[in-house]
Amino acid sequence: MFEGVPLHWFLITGTIMFFVGIYGFLVRKNLITLLMSLELVLNSVNINFVAINKILYPGHLEGMFFSVFIIAVAAAEASVAIAIIINIYRRLVNIDVEKVNEMKY
Amino acid sequence: MTINQFMFAIFAAIIIIFSILTVTSRRILRAATFLLFVLVATAGMYFLLRFNFLAAIQLTLYAGGIVVLIIFSILLTSHIAEKLDAPSWKKVIPAFLAAAVGAVITIITILQYDFPKAIVADGDRTNIREIAQSLISTEKFGYALPFEVISILLLAAMVGAIILAKKRKD
Repeated sequence: MFEGVPLHWFLITGTIMFFVGIYGFLVRKNLITLLMSLELVLNSVNINFVAINKILYPGHLEGMFFSVFIIAVAAAEASVAIAIIINIYRRLVNIDVEKVNEMKY
Repeated sequence: MTINQFMFAIFAAIIIIFSILTVTSRRILRAATFLLFVLVATAGMYFLLRFNFLAAIQLTLYAGGIVVLIIFSILLTSHIAEKLDAPSWKKVIPAFLAAAVGAVITIITILQYDFPKAIVADGDRTNIREIAQSLISTEKFGYALPFEVISILLLAAMVGAIILAKKRKD
């Protein structure tokens, strides 16, 4: 319980966000929208870490540091993924997952 | 209903509604804008939990950095008025079933689990001084090694992105 807000509410919000991201990852075809679904998934995990840290272990900072490192990894992943997407677009002139089946040079 | 519950309800509603719109919107630039709303509401949730530093990181790095990067790449790779094709039912139904079943099972498990009471510890440690000291400390609860590893990862990602995206001399 955090000043009236139970832990379950945070975890349920994170769960819904996570599975919406999974749904988007399975349904979408454009590579950039796939990347956006992935960001949703990473964010929901951060909410869970931070809420559990604050509500169950208020004197510690572990959950916050995990979130900071997850955000850093997400930033690195987004930058490399967008570089790859732009490179694919330059070679094949589309970024549809089903049309990008030519992996060799 | 206390003010905290009220603010939580607003942030949770924004997060859920706009994350659904992010994965269903057929205009890709609008989907990116909805993603921005989700990320800002997440930062609001961190503020609600009094993690001010983390909320600032979320706003600058996610909302300011990654979303701008995504919007730039959208503008580079697709026409601005282009509408994506609607996904076929053959794809939507299994994906929706997988997501819905997973969400229902997880929510039931969360509701049944009885979380222990908070371990009351001394004082609030979320001020910037404590964070900085544990980020470079090598003792217990110190994060010097992950800090160095993440800096090498960011350097590698930067070099990799530049190499991948630069034009080849053919």
